[in-house]
Amino acid sequence: MKDNTVYAVQMKGISKYFGDFCALNKVDLNIKKGSIHALLGENGAGKSTLMNILYGLYQADDGEIFINGEKVNMKNPGMAISKGIGMVHQHFMLVEPFTVAQNMILGNEITSHAGIIDYNKVREKIKDLSDKYKLYINPDEKIEDISVGMQQRVEILKALFRGADILILDEPTAVLTPQEIGELIEIMHKLVESGKTIIIITHKLSEIKQSSDTCTIVRRGNYIDTVNVSEVDETELASMMVGRSVDLHCHKKEVQTGEEIFKIENLVVKDSRGIEAVKGLNLSIKKGEILGIAGIDGNGQKELVEAITNMTHTESGKIIMNGVEIQNKTPLDTLNNKICTIPEDRHKHGLVLDFSVEENMALNGYKKENFSKNGVLNLKYIKDYAADLIEKFDIRPASCGKIKARSLSGGNQQKVIIAREVTNNPDLLIAVQPTRGLDVGAIEFVHSALIEQRDNGKAVLLVSLELDEVMDVSDRIAVIYDGQIVDILDAKDADENKIGLLMAGGGKDGKK
Amino acid sequence: MEKLQKILRKPLTAIIISILCGFLVGAVILGVAGYNPVNAYSALFSGIFSKPKYIIQVIIKATPLILTGLSVAFAFKTGLFNIGVEGQFIMGSIGAVLAGYLLPMPAPFHFIVVILSAMIFAGLWGSICGYLKAKFGIHEVITSIMLNWIALYLNNYMITLPFLKKPNSESSYEIGKTAWSVFLGNWKYSQDAKPFFKEHPVLGDVILRTDLNYGIIIAIIAVAVIWFLLNRTNKGYELRAVGFNNHAAQFAGINVKKNMIISMAVAGALAGLAGGLQITGVMPHRISTLSIHEGFGFDGISVALIAGNSPWGCILSGLLFGALKFGATSIQSKVGAPSEVINIVIGVIVFFVAMSSVLPMIADMLAKKQKGSEKDA
Repeated sequence: MKDNTVYAVQMKGISKYFGDFCALNKVDLNIKKGSIHALLGENGAGKSTLMNILYGLYQADDGEIFINGEKVNMKNPGMAISKGIGMVHQHFMLVEPFTVAQNMILGNEITSHAGIIDYNKVREKIKDLSDKYKLYINPDEKIEDISVGMQQRVEILKALFRGADILILDEPTAVLTPQEIGELIEIMHKLVESGKTIIIITHKLSEIKQSSDTCTIVRRGNYIDTVNVSEVDETELASMMVGRSVDLHCHKKEVQTGEEIFKIENLVVKDSRGIEAVKGLNLSIKKGEILGIAGIDGNGQKELVEAITNMTHTESGKIIMNGVEIQNKTPLDTLNNKICTIPEDRHKHGLVLDFSVEENMALNGYKKENFSKNGVLNLKYIKDYAADLIEKFDIRPASCGKIKARSLSGGNQQKVIIAREVTNNPDLLIAVQPTRGLDVGAIEFVHSALIEQRDNGKAVLLVSLELDEVMDVSDRIAVIYDGQIVDILDAKDADENKIGLLMAGGGKDGKK
Repeated sequence: MEKLQKILRKPLTAIIISILCGFLVGAVILGVAGYNPVNAYSALFSGIFSKPKYIIQVIIKATPLILTGLSVAFAFKTGLFNIGVEGQFIMGSIGAVLAGYLLPMPAPFHFIVVILSAMIFAGLWGSICGYLKAKFGIHEVITSIMLNWIALYLNNYMITLPFLKKPNSESSYEIGKTAWSVFLGNWKYSQDAKPFFKEHPVLGDVILRTDLNYGIIIAIIAVAVIWFLLNRTNKGYELRAVGFNNHAAQFAGINVKKNMIISMAVAGALAGLAGGLQITGVMPHRISTLSIHEGFGFDGISVALIAGNSPWGCILSGLLFGALKFGATSIQSKVGAPSEVINIVIGVIVFFVAMSSVLPMIADMLAKKQKGSEKDA
């Protein structure tokens, strides 16, 4: 590239080590002023590390950083802010009971001469910025009262408020509905029009295509390439990201449903605060199909799964498996009725992290024949059983039987759970957010495991916040909103906008 | 260099270094107080090792500590902090004295019944904590501390009861000799034994002048049983799963509450075994009015900590504790230094064991430094 191009950010030969582990190996990043630049990579590829170095949270072991052509030794976030860099983290850094205006000035109070906060001035400034970029933010609303998408705008506004010219967005769409994603992309374009530069960290290919001008791909800490987004397609991006050709869509046989095996009638469940989270929900699943539940987080998915797995109390209604009512029993009853679950929180519910992989493989079978006799464990059988599953499910490292589950990577931890639950041969497999935090390769694996269950004539209930996943894997899609299933669609004729609207509550009133 | 890093990462290294640090700090304090640390420590070690009799005394002292340590370690492995060993130990003693005094029986059976009684008393006492935690979510640390004091006053109350109180004393009646676990207990004080001990003075010293008893063997068996229970059985698997991650255990269909109660009952029974063996094996074979806790339980926490909660480790750390406690008396008698200095040594050892995670950190730092210098080269 020619030297006369103006770069907002240049990172040259950045290397970073964590102990023995090389997180970044001589990575280059050149970002043109006034562009939207995507940083693409699998989980653990080093993209967040790279941005944390740019924002001054980490220091690089090697390499140089230039901001607007000037060499900077980025020591801390305060320095990054003073150079006009703002970061919107994946997990928002907002004080929930405070108003937007109060959050805006946190640590950077605008005061009158007497040392009193000048809220009028703050409001005015918020309004100016909000109007300019069409953010529609009300400075006097409390954070806890506004939607997640709005909270994210507050975060963006906060960065702008502090004079950011270069915005880093870390996985900004993970928590948004399709509509909100569209709005965010519009906002990003508005910001760029007025001369801001945006770096977006993501592993979602479709969003890169929609939003970005250029894209840098990193893989296992190495710089792979920088491309003009308009010149490549999603499949090419995906193969650059994982380093081999990937298939972005699941291939499924035609659905062959059998009789109804699982049914929920008028289920009511309260959440941990005692408020009804599931409000008279109805659902049924047949053998040989995958039913996906689409919905925005917090619409009762968690409580629904907890009720089925008997981790919480059911207020009223019935959960029927193979003709047997299982509500308000114990988790063991759920298991004994041939329901296995890949839980949402694999560290909390799926694994005993301080147990070895072998011991984790035996977690719901240790009492069964072969695993133990007269109360004494058959360690040899457990070892062979685990070794078998490790090979079959390609869990790495291959000799991990005696290693603590804690030291496996997230994808391999998930494989341990899937191996255990699937081998348990359940009639209904519940998978909650089964691919969260996993990379493309592992996601492919998880999806094909679910589809294999279905092809074997078993029922699968998939609960996920990733709409793409639900649409891709499911045979039927049930949209959950405010504790109820508002509609069930056939996956073949479902479209993203319609589901998105239902997820946001658009269909419910219309139906009533 | 790499070897050093490897050594630093081993848990045993941490314990050995901690013990050395304990002695080092003890030496400094002795020096500051005006005693020659070399003399004091040589008095300590000759007080432990110079005669077979002393070694026997160390083992006798260590026996209850191994078991109270095992009780704490077992509870830790199942995710509970049993700080109530002290009270469970007392309940075990009460159980042992009641069965030992009130239920006369022929010899081998009497001992078994007395020990079972001790374990049942203490096991139930421990399970109260487990039940309160499972049912109402009350933390076991709070309930077990309260139960420690309840047990102490219950002990004192028992000694006021006419059927148990020995007149003109602050103690209960002794348990029947049929329940003693003293080595050659009946024979060694008889006329037949006198000529034998005259011929073998060393054995006389060891057997006659000490309370040499079978307790240590039972303690070792208990360690083996607990190790087997934890690592080789269904129940142990459940208990450990609950201890490491009760959410995942519950999710996998394990009854978490039941396992909490069982765990505290077993831990209590182990503490009770310690109390029972103390009654059957060591003079004066009875319970006395207590003004404060004797400390077997609290020492058990330190023993478990030094052992890294490993059952087998409790044997070694129990012996270390027993040796230091017993040897401390000769520091006082021979050098004149206060025997409490040993408590400082023990405290420092525990302190360093508790912060032993520093060593792997040092290993990491060395690794990083090494990497850095390789890069420069």
